[in-house]
Amino acid sequence: MGINYLYPDYEVVRNSGRCIACRVCERQCANEVHAFDEEMNVMRSDDAKCVNCHRCVSLCPTRALKIVKTDHTFKENANWTGETIKELYRQAGTGGVLLSSMGNPQPYPVYWDRLLINASQVTNPSIDPLREPMETRTYLGKKPERILRDQNGEIAYNLPPQLTLNVPIMFSAMSYGSISYNAHESLARAARELGTFYNTGEGGLHEDFYEYSANTIVQVASGRFGVHKDYLNAGAAIEIKMGQGAKPGIGGHLPGQKIVDDVSRTRMIPEGSDAISPAPHHDIYSIEDLRQLVYSLKEATDYKKPIIVKIAAVHNVAAIASGVARSGADIIAIDGFRGGTGAAPTRIRDNVGIPIELALASVDARLRDEGIRNHVSIVVGGSIRSSADVVKAIALGADAVYIATGALLALGCHLCRSCQAGKCNWGIATQEPELVKRLNPDVGSERLQNLVHAWEHEIKEMMGGMGINSIEALKGNRLMLRGIGLNEKELSILGVKYAGE
Amino acid sequence: MNINAAGMHFKDLNEQIKAAGKEAVIDHCMGQRYIGSGLAGKEIVIHGTPGNALGAYLDGSIITVYGNAQDATGDTMNDGAIYIAGSSGDATGYAMRGGKIFVKGDVGYRAGIHMKEYKEKSPVLVIGGAAGSFLGEYQAGGTIIVLGLGRKRPVGNFCGMGMHGGRIYLRCQAPPADLPRQIIVKKAEKEDRKAIEAYIREFCEVFECSEKTIWDSDFYVLRPDSKNPYHQLYTQN
Repeated sequence: MGINYLYPDYEVVRNSGRCIACRVCERQCANEVHAFDEEMNVMRSDDAKCVNCHRCVSLCPTRALKIVKTDHTFKENANWTGETIKELYRQAGTGGVLLSSMGNPQPYPVYWDRLLINASQVTNPSIDPLREPMETRTYLGKKPERILRDQNGEIAYNLPPQLTLNVPIMFSAMSYGSISYNAHESLARAARELGTFYNTGEGGLHEDFYEYSANTIVQVASGRFGVHKDYLNAGAAIEIKMGQGAKPGIGGHLPGQKIVDDVSRTRMIPEGSDAISPAPHHDIYSIEDLRQLVYSLKEATDYKKPIIVKIAAVHNVAAIASGVARSGADIIAIDGFRGGTGAAPTRIRDNVGIPIELALASVDARLRDEGIRNHVSIVVGGSIRSSADVVKAIALGADAVYIATGALLALGCHLCRSCQAGKCNWGIATQEPELVKRLNPDVGSERLQNLVHAWEHEIKEMMGGMGINSIEALKGNRLMLRGIGLNEKELSILGVKYAGE
Repeated sequence: MNINAAGMHFKDLNEQIKAAGKEAVIDHCMGQRYIGSGLAGKEIVIHGTPGNALGAYLDGSIITVYGNAQDATGDTMNDGAIYIAGSSGDATGYAMRGGKIFVKGDVGYRAGIHMKEYKEKSPVLVIGGAAGSFLGEYQAGGTIIVLGLGRKRPVGNFCGMGMHGGRIYLRCQAPPADLPRQIIVKKAEKEDRKAIEAYIREFCEVFECSEKTIWDSDFYVLRPDSKNPYHQLYTQN
């Protein structure tokens, strides 16, 4: 056996004065970190298996456990950091492509944190959302260019299909397969209660969830998993997935071990077979080809559903979005490079794509310049972390936002970034029945509703502070934003003034 | 019901097809797209040339084309049958989940890409002539049969790239030399031939050709040797 070059990242610290050897930690850890030593009557732990998901810490009845980052270190080196060295060891040991999950954790600038929101003082009144009506309802879809009237002068109804959102927040695409049945149920139920939408991702729609179809966005991706007539008709909207912020330019592989009974039936591939979504749609090599898929979906659903085209934020995102807006799509979803994933090659996740803030600002400006902003709605995702991010996104020009990592956190995710292993102790990113049942959809959907209600109230507070009583009046209202710690170029792309200007 | 499609926009044509009864006969079809998209329980006969995405998401209708079809015929079709008395373009049978497509002539690149199957639901694509390159790319299930009638070789390059399920039958004297490593190729034996007998019979009945001529040749069967082609590629980080 070769030498193990890797020292464990975390240490499980057990307070022996508190531990009662109840073995809850042992039962709760799918990674088999904890074990009971019968001879010595104590609990032992194997640090090397710990992913730092806090499941044992959260369930320990005597708070005897904590997980700490090891202080074991390589010789300090600002260029060859410990992480870099360890990744290299992993590859030298296996010859494999590094595979990670969740969003880009690297310390790139977060532009949300460099934008500040305005408030009214003296010259215009702020509004108290507890006393006065505030409108957060949003309609997503193509808006008609002009009002049509019939020969009697009555307004003729020519509104293309719209999605109605009570709050401008939707749950982003996560497939059944990458996340569990109970996670999907939590999202679906929360979306229905909140008057918003969740998104099936590219894994098809489980037959039990057709009852939530009025609040479901169904996705069509390059692998076409689970796509059929009933599925398309079940969705309130159909999303064509061209790209994903965590892995622009590449496809997805759901490993065969996650293709278990139900997932297999929903995706319509044999059990144990890899589910492969290639990088491109092999029928789409141009905007004209995209138009063809958009219209084949419209034809199949009688023009009753808005079509969303989801793209990753990449260098030429404004030009691409302009093409998408002309393809017949009703809504463009843009996913920034901090967006999450169930599995992506580390190098792609950490190095490919651009921040959503810059992508959104440039797309909105481009579509306005070309006079086609009303042809499409814009939805952005890729790390919306709080209600302040939502307000800033809308002020930069978004119609609504997608959240996914935030939604998983509400369900109990501790961002241990080990989804790709399929052993999620919180019952979210796993298909193992024993783990899945740990996530109670009653609790999960309630926590999601709590989160969105809390954000909604905060959004109203911030809008009220600006003297704005409708989300429509905030949309693209960049005068409500000021930059801090940004250079001229960044300010010009974001289209905002510097704080104090 | 007969529909004269000359100069008609696809949206109008497809509306008329949906409004027509069970049977619709389209004359002078001139490249209109999405014919039969998602339709169930119809019998559509097309004279002329239907456009791209003929029978996309087809859900049990029968479409017969007296002419050539263009790209993405039967894209993600679920059930039913498409008979094309001429040739069909690129990505014919893209991500088929069920049903049958019979093409008398040739098909373009990437035919049968992403075909799937689940238990008894298993799609079939039969090609009388030759297929272009990348036949059965990422194939996860179903059966592709290429007869190569009147052609020197039944397929172009890179047949079965990324294939990880299903079967490809090639009627030829020797299998392609450039098959990817994960493909196991063998000469069709009695039970392999028996498995496709019904499809060959149907092809011959529809396009009026001799079953004997077709069987009077070797067939090679391509199958993947793994359902998990990317298993070794990754290292957990």
